Parts: sequence; C-alpha cells; structure tokens
Amino acid sequence: MSKISQNNLTYNPTLKRNIGNKILTLTSTLFAVISVIPLILVISYILIKGGSYINFDTLILEPEPPGDDLLSAGGIGPAIAGTFIMTVIALIISIPIGVGGGIYLGEYSKSGRFAKFIRFGSNVLAGVPSIIAGVFIYAIIVSTKILFGSMFSGIAGGISLSILMLPTIIKTTDEALKLVPDNLRRAAFGIGASKFTMITTITLPAAFSSISTGILLALARAAGETAPLIFTALFSRYYITTFDDLFYEMGSLSVLIYNFALEPYEAQNQLAWSASFILVVVLLSLNILSRWIGTHSAISKNKVQ
Amino acid sequence: MTKATTTKFQLRSRPTSEKLVDIGFRNFVLAMASMVAVLLFSIFAVIYLQSTESISRYGLRFLFTAAWNPVTDEYGAFTAIYGTLVTSIASLIIAIPLGVGTAIFITENIIPKYIRELIGIMVELLASIPSVVLGLWAVFIMEPFIRPFLNIIYETFGFIPFFGTEPLGAGMLPAILILVVMILPIITSISKDSLNQVPTNLRQAAYGIGATRWTTIIRVIIPAAISGITGGVLLALGRAMGETMAVTMIIGNSNNFSWSIFAPSYTISSMLANQFGEADGSQVSSLMYAAFILMILTLMVNVFAQWIVKKLSLKYQ
Repeated sequence: MSKISQNNLTYNPTLKRNIGNKILTLTSTLFAVISVIPLILVISYILIKGGSYINFDTLILEPEPPGDDLLSAGGIGPAIAGTFIMTVIALIISIPIGVGGGIYLGEYSKSGRFAKFIRFGSNVLAGVPSIIAGVFIYAIIVSTKILFGSMFSGIAGGISLSILMLPTIIKTTDEALKLVPDNLRRAAFGIGASKFTMITTITLPAAFSSISTGILLALARAAGETAPLIFTALFSRYYITTFDDLFYEMGSLSVLIYNFALEPYEAQNQLAWSASFILVVVLLSLNILSRWIGTHSAISKNKVQ
Repeated sequence: MTKATTTKFQLRSRPTSEKLVDIGFRNFVLAMASMVAVLLFSIFAVIYLQSTESISRYGLRFLFTAAWNPVTDEYGAFTAIYGTLVTSIASLIIAIPLGVGTAIFITENIIPKYIRELIGIMVELLASIPSVVLGLWAVFIMEPFIRPFLNIIYETFGFIPFFGTEPLGAGMLPAILILVVMILPIITSISKDSLNQVPTNLRQAAYGIGATRWTTIIRVIIPAAISGITGGVLLALGRAMGETMAVTMIIGNSNNFSWSIFAPSYTISSMLANQFGEADGSQVSSLMYAAFILMILTLMVNVFAQWIVKKLSLKYQ
C-alpha cells in the first residue's frame, strides 16, 4: 500500500498527462516563435533594404515622374513634409475634441446614460474601417468642394486622419482621468476651487503623461494610414510653398509607398522602400517613446498616492 | 451668531465671471463629447444617402450578383462580399491558435520573464507597422517566397476547386497570410491582458487538487478569460474585414468570381480603394452601397464584441 502511494507521488514522465503537457508546451512555444517571425522579417527587410537606399538626396529631393532612371529618380522630401503637415492638421482637430470629450466622460458624467452612449459610440468609431473615413470625407468635403472650391487637399486629408485619432484620444483621456485619485479632487474643492480650476490645475496635470501616451499612439496610427488619404489628399510630387497649397493635392509617405510599389520601375520601387524605412523608424520610435512615458508615469502616480 | 461668523470669516461668493467660465467649460466639453455621436451618425447618414440610388435600383440583388460593368451600368458586389468574408474568416482561423497560443506562452512561467516580456513587446510593435508597409513587404518579399510552395499544392491538390488555379502572383491566399500578420498582435495582446487578469487563486486551487499545467490552462484559466479573448477575436475580425491597403496591394483586384484561393479576387475595401478615385455617376452610388454593407458588417461585429465581453465576463470580488 505504502509502495503504491510512493510511486504515485513521484514524477513519472511516461504518464499520458505528462506527455500531453510536454506536447502542449512545445506547441505554444512553437506558436510564439511563429508569431515573432513576421515582425523580425518585416523589420529587418525594411531596415536593411530600405536603409540601403537612404541618402541625403533621397530625403530632400522631389520625386521625378516614373521612369527607369535609377540615378535621377529624385527623393521623398515632399512626402515627408506632407505626412508631417497632415498629421499636425489632424492633431489640431482631434486634440480639443478628444481631450474635451474625455474630460466630459471622466469628470462630469462618469456613469450617466449619455456618457455610456458616448463611450459606446467612440468604441464603434474606433472599429470603423479607415477607408470608410476616407469615403465619408470624400462625400462631404471633396465632392462638394466645400473648402473654398478646392477638391482634393491636404486639409481634407488631415480631417479624415483626425477621425481615426479621435476614439483613441477620448478613450485614453477618459481612463487617465479615472486613475487620478479622488482625494485630489476633494482637496481642490475643499480649498474652494471651482470645477474648471480643479480640472485645469489638478486633474489634467496629474493625468498629463497618460493622455500624451494616448495622443502619441493615435499619432503613430494616423501617420501610417493610407486608405483615408488616397481619395482625399491624393498625391503630389511637389513641395508646398505657400499657405494656399494646403488646399491642393498633397503627397504623403504612405500614399507614396502605395503608388510607387505598384510602378513597374525599379527606381520608384526603391523610393517606396526608402519611404517605408523612414515611416517605420518614426512610428517605432513614437511607440517606444509612448511606452517609456507610460512606465515613467506609473512611477509618478505612485508618488501622488 | 451669524454676525460673529461674518466678521470672523470673510465669506467670498464666487464672482460671476468665474461661474461663467465654469458653465462655459462644462458646455464646451459636453459639445466635444457630443461630436462623437454627431460624427458617427453623419458617417452613417452620408454613406446611406449617397447609396440610395443603387439601393433602390438593385435592392438585395446587389449582394448576390457578381457583375461589375460600368458600360452597361450593371453592378453587384457578390465577389467583393465573398472575398471580404473568406479572407477575414480564414485569416481568423489561422490567427486564433497562433495568437492565443502565444498569449498563453507569455503569461505562463515556462521561460524567464524578461524573454516573455520581450516577445510581448515585439508582437505589439508588429501592430504599429502601417499596413501599406506590410503590403510592400508582401508584394516584394513574401509572395515570391511562398509561390513555389503554392505551386506544389496546386500540382498535388489541383483537382480540388479551392486550389484549382495556378498561383501567378497576387491572389487570395497571400492576402489571407498578410491579414494573419496584421491581426495576430490584436488577438495576442488582448488575450494576454485577459489571461493576466485571471486571479491567482484559481490557478493555485487547480494546482492544489493535482491538475497539470495544461489541464489548469484548458479547464480553468481559459474559461475564466474567455470573455476578453472572444472580444479580442471579434475586434480582430472587424479589423480584418475593413483592412484595405495591404490587401489591395496583394489580392490582385479582379471581379471575376473564382472558388480557388490562388486566384485574384476582391474585398469591399480593396474595391473602394481601387475604383473610387475614377468612378462617376451610378458607379459612385454602387461603391457607396458596398461601403454601406462594409460599415454594417463591421458595426455588427464590433457591437457584438462589446456585448459579448459584458455578457461573458466573470465577476470576482
């Protein structure tokens, strides 16, 4: 009797359940390896292949018309400027709406019916495919020529990008404000601050780093988007020189990659690879920066509490 | 008594300007929050209104005919709808085991913590690569690499209709594979978060009655985290349905219906990306109808995702 129980208590690798355990552990390891492979392949191809085509001229020149002339294909300068301008326009629109809406959800109506509806709505908006945002802006801005008679424009592109940034900014502002301890609010009210003063001088600064993480993530998503731009901003090979140029077609890195990847010429394909290199490096740094702010803010939050 | 108080403390009543700022600010943020609702409704209304011409002309027939002929003005989105559903569901079937398996691997203590965290961060960084860059990679690197393997499948199993055409570059299968790459990070990171939220007590109780690691995972941990995992899977499905650029670049953009997954095909979003720029007249209206269908599909998936997360989530004290 005692011998049998002794046997049962020692680890027996030939038991069915132990073999099954090993097999499943190996399977999950295999799956994790498979999941990481595409990232390594994509990043290394873009950094090595894209990086090899990068030089000073590529970064500043305007792209030449498509043709198989490797030496004078031009560069991606206007596209870099265009992506920058359109994301800035998108930020100017979406930060007030997103942070303002988030403040309403986080500070004024935490669990009201309207707030629940807005939260639901912003989740739905986050799930709207990006091409639908492009189609929508095309229908209300580009085809109606509502912006002073201009059709395809950098401003229309920026507006369609702002639709994609909005849900992320609202959500992170809402959740960042929820994390601010209520003691801070009571203390502010206790010394006679109005709600406006309390929000602008106490809770927003306390939630600042989490909100900026959200804005950076939204920015990183919008800067890489192509689908909303292909029929709102279209594409242009030239730098913008005057303010009026904002109301005309504007190039961007992502549309440049899309257009030039489908060209049959090696010269344009190389420009597409260099544009991918710039885009991926910028987006990865934005992501890592937002992660860094995120961990940083966790420390400062502990200090507050 | 009252007299004493007023002399001792200078009672300060709020100046009108401060009250105005307070009320004004409240109304401002309320207006900003309402913008979300206004935006959502106007997206629906605009796309619906623009497509009324096609909706009244073709009705539900639009969903089941594969014609797309601007010359004779005959439109039907069957190929695109079929392509959208097949690519998104097939990519989901491949990505669920990979994503959930990876999530389990990085939440279990099989290997040291820093390696697991590194894998987690790498998978999440994959989500930050823009789809157009993945499309570029798919066109120039992935597709030429997998074509010999696809040819072997075609030569061996060519008699099955699903493998019935010769792989000649762009097609449905490369699109499915690139969609797997795109939705894998979503499934992995959401599953990881919900697996991490399962209370340790449950795991300890399972180990205490002699369950092995995988019995615990399959019988206890996954059932406890199923709401989050299902939500993540549905979000990924919505993303796969609406994904545009990478798919447009690799699916081949052909409106000819084919059962074969090697043949060029269409999805609703790639059809929009491809044709919207140069469409006019009733073609615009038909494209808007297709966009409306895509919106309804993704909306249903997203609302269902939010509902199921609420419905299935277990409450622990």
